[in-house]
Amino acid sequence: MVLSGNDKTNVKGLFAKIGGQADDYGAETLERMFVTYPQTKTYFAHFDMAKGSAQIKGHGKKVAAALVEAVNHIDDIAGALSKLSDLHAQKLRVDPVNFKLLGQCFLVVVATRNPAALTPEVHASLDKFLCAVGNVLTAKYR
Amino acid sequence: RLLIVYPWTQRFFDNFGNLSSPTAIIGNPKVRAHGKKVLTSFGDAIKNLDNLKTTYSKLSELHCDKLHVDPENFRLLGDILIIVLAAHFGKDFTPACQATWQKLVGVVAHALARKYH
Repeated sequence: MVLSGNDKTNVKGLFAKIGGQADDYGAETLERMFVTYPQTKTYFAHFDMAKGSAQIKGHGKKVAAALVEAVNHIDDIAGALSKLSDLHAQKLRVDPVNFKLLGQCFLVVVATRNPAALTPEVHASLDKFLCAVGNVLTAKYR
Repeated sequence: RLLIVYPWTQRFFDNFGNLSSPTAIIGNPKVRAHGKKVLTSFGDAIKNLDNLKTTYSKLSELHCDKLHVDPENFRLLGDILIIVLAAHFGKDFTPACQATWQKLVGVVAHALARKYH
């Protein structure tokens, strides 16, 4: 699976629209993921799971920043997320299926907040991009 | 959206005519008609939530024996439906709503795959 020139344009365009709200998108993505896929909470046993918790907000900000970083270096996502990739392989070891779940929730957040921007073509590009990010983060698992 | 986002799903629709581009897919009357069929079927599921296995028994056999559809595709369709609902309902599609609907599409997918052999 390769990101075409069109895909990259679509993803950059969408993230430009998200702009400074990326942190909110990140937090809501996590909130939705924990509610929709409760098994994902097993990686965050130490978190306060109440709505609006500082930990979820903080972690949402981190996730958003990583996605933005990947968008800004969309020609070399593996390079841009190399340290994160190491972290997930050696320390966090989040099972690969969970990145798809996170991706689905991010798409839902984009859909609820930006329905006009999420055309079928942009949807396809964003889905591919999120897959690519997940692949990079699990690339060094074994 | 399923046919655009996961283009390999087009493999089941050789007789649908022009699926060569997103524009073609969106304007394709057979796609529209089939979408209506699928959503109507979802409506049946919702009317028969206590009895999904029976409701989808024949459809399950059909998808296995005649249509030869890998059940993974039901999961993909379910995820796409969620996104469409999210875009349609915006904020009203709360996390609780999403969670419930994700469960529903999962249960429907399971019922559709149940008679596979």
